[in-house]
Amino acid sequence: MDLEYSEEHEAFRESVRAFLEGWPLQGVEAALPIEEQEAIFRKRGIEAGFVYRKVPKRYGGSEQEDDAIKERIIQEEFYNAAAPRDLSTQGAGMLVPTLLEFGTEVQKERYIPPALTGEENWCQGYSEPGSGSDLASLQCQARLDGDEWVLNGQKIWTSSAQRAQMMFGLFRSEPDAKKHEGISYLLVPMDTPGLEVRPLREMSGGFEFNEVFFTDARIPAENIVASRGQGWQVSRATLVHERNLIGNPFMMREAFSDLLGLARSRMRNGRPAIEDPGIRRRIAEIEGYVQTNELSNMRQFTAAHRGEMAKVMRPMMMNKVFSTDTMQRIMRCAYDLLDGDGSLAPLEEEIETWGRTATATGWVLQYMFSLGPAIAGGATNIQRNIIAERGYGLPRDLRKTS
Amino acid sequence: MDFGLSEEQEMLEATIRGFAENECPTTRLRELFDGGEGHDPALWEALVEMGVAGLIVPEDHGGAGLELLELALVAEVLGEFALPVPFLGHSLAVLGLRLAGSDAQQASLLPGLAAGEQIATVALQESGEGWTPRDWTVKADGDRISGEKTIVTHAALADRILVGLEGGQLAWVDAKGEGVGITPVDGVDRTRPFTTVTFNAAPAEILGGDAQTAQRLMDAASALLAADAFGAASKLIDLDVAYSLSREQFGQPIAQFQAVKHTIASLATDIEPTRALWWYAAYAFDHLPDEASRVASVAKAHITDRAMNAARQSVELHGGYGFTWECEVQMWFKRIMLDRSYLGTPDQHRERTADLGGY
Repeated sequence: MDLEYSEEHEAFRESVRAFLEGWPLQGVEAALPIEEQEAIFRKRGIEAGFVYRKVPKRYGGSEQEDDAIKERIIQEEFYNAAAPRDLSTQGAGMLVPTLLEFGTEVQKERYIPPALTGEENWCQGYSEPGSGSDLASLQCQARLDGDEWVLNGQKIWTSSAQRAQMMFGLFRSEPDAKKHEGISYLLVPMDTPGLEVRPLREMSGGFEFNEVFFTDARIPAENIVASRGQGWQVSRATLVHERNLIGNPFMMREAFSDLLGLARSRMRNGRPAIEDPGIRRRIAEIEGYVQTNELSNMRQFTAAHRGEMAKVMRPMMMNKVFSTDTMQRIMRCAYDLLDGDGSLAPLEEEIETWGRTATATGWVLQYMFSLGPAIAGGATNIQRNIIAERGYGLPRDLRKTS
Repeated sequence: MDFGLSEEQEMLEATIRGFAENECPTTRLRELFDGGEGHDPALWEALVEMGVAGLIVPEDHGGAGLELLELALVAEVLGEFALPVPFLGHSLAVLGLRLAGSDAQQASLLPGLAAGEQIATVALQESGEGWTPRDWTVKADGDRISGEKTIVTHAALADRILVGLEGGQLAWVDAKGEGVGITPVDGVDRTRPFTTVTFNAAPAEILGGDAQTAQRLMDAASALLAADAFGAASKLIDLDVAYSLSREQFGQPIAQFQAVKHTIASLATDIEPTRALWWYAAYAFDHLPDEASRVASVAKAHITDRAMNAARQSVELHGGYGFTWECEVQMWFKRIMLDRSYLGTPDQHRERTADLGGY
């Protein structure tokens, strides 16, 4: 154990900081719309080797050697500078690793570069009205007709479908095969005739996710990743990448600092709430979770750096539940500090900007948003199954098999 | 930048674990637990042989010259096996000597402790709210001390006692000497029995030390108690897993029910990630002076609290059997009770965390 950074890594941190002097942009560039500014800076980040480090150069990445410590330094410094780094979109975050592992050369060249820049937005067509946690029961149909797939059925909870040009999705292409073996992973242009997006309104008031309907929607036969019937394996492999990603602890620390700020600004019995012993103890208890989360992450970073991931399989499986739960603790405490203001509806502009404001209504929105991660990407109860079964050898749930 | 154990540290952990598995399986632990001694000389002697008594004693005084992290790794394993040995008091007494003793005092006292020729313990906590050095009231008059301490672990066994005095000074006392009264107390944790100790103008060797030194000692105690509670809670999770796989109801192992699976998964998620927290608290003690004291309190509060919760849930998971004396869960339940309530409860450490954090 040695928490000093090596000279090499200290030098690396300096180079990251020097690079980050370039953000925010200056002069003429500073007048551009923020999306364009971010795109410009991200491009520079790729050239400097700090962005999309795992993606080969020929597809638009920076193709750097794997170094978990450098990864952490970049993460930390970019976060502190609030500078744009890898897009965390469905395209850059999920489709790209999938194509890198399973895509054809043509697919990689065609789809990866615009997914990395965000010029082409992707949405994920997995969940269906009847297939949530039991995703493999999905029924959305793909029938091969000559050199085209004909798609029929419905997807749901499709985030950002209204802004996407493309969807990667799972479709039942082999109706006679077993449940998990009849699914194909297809790439669907969103402007395909017969495809319709209908927005769903969330409890927070926003319109981020959607239903997507397919009525004899036709896409080219080559828009399949891997072979027919392999879609389930393809999607699972990507999910493993997803879950192996070690979380970003800096965001949680920021939320915790914001909570402290809130406790200083709200009142209890005529004094700042932060002076109330009960509030102090409660916030200190939350800090126990926040610090555990950070340090457990640090332990995993070291294990990754040493190539000893097997030693941290258990804490890694727990990251999602632990961080979701801790964020919820922060938000519940914040909500309790709001007194009557906790009944105020969030403002439109807060909903549009995802509410990271220090206002009471901004906190109300965060209070609601903190529920999302407990459901999306593997609900907490499903995560508990994984921890129990794969982490501790408990038996799998009884289930009907088809 | 490396936040992981070295090969030597992993080896130390594995060695102690292998020893505890062989020499103190649950059947043996049960005998010791019910026997009421709370001590097995053979176990302690073997640990002394392995160097545990002198782990943090400097090499030129006959020890291994290691740091608090190594001690905490041992504490974890001892918690995991609820080993009835005077490790905690002995280790803290050694540390107190190192922190407050003069060179001459260290040179004369440490070798015997490292070699296990003497067993030492610490008298820190006082009755009521007296958990911080600020609250200590034992007074020195020249080289004699007077006052009362409570929860002095394994004092009946000890040759020497390190005593926390008013103002944070530390004193070194012959446990069997004049003016030292040892009154056994019936504590819950039969693996670490304790006593109340009164000092009535007892002759003492006054070490140096001030409030800051005393706080250092308390910080080390926090890290060790957190590690012990972590080990104990991890053991309980193992027991929960084993029991839920063997106990059948409705024609199947209860591990098949999500209510049971999810409870175990939640307990594990509460406990396993905190391994990094007590590692850090122990490492910080020797390497990160600015953070050490605060993170020791965070670890003590968080881990002993979560471990206590895990212990309660473990009793419930074992059903009616879980509430019996016979069920092994109670031995770790009570081990955690002492880890939690000795030297500052979670509430008290959280108040300290808030104060030190400038909330």
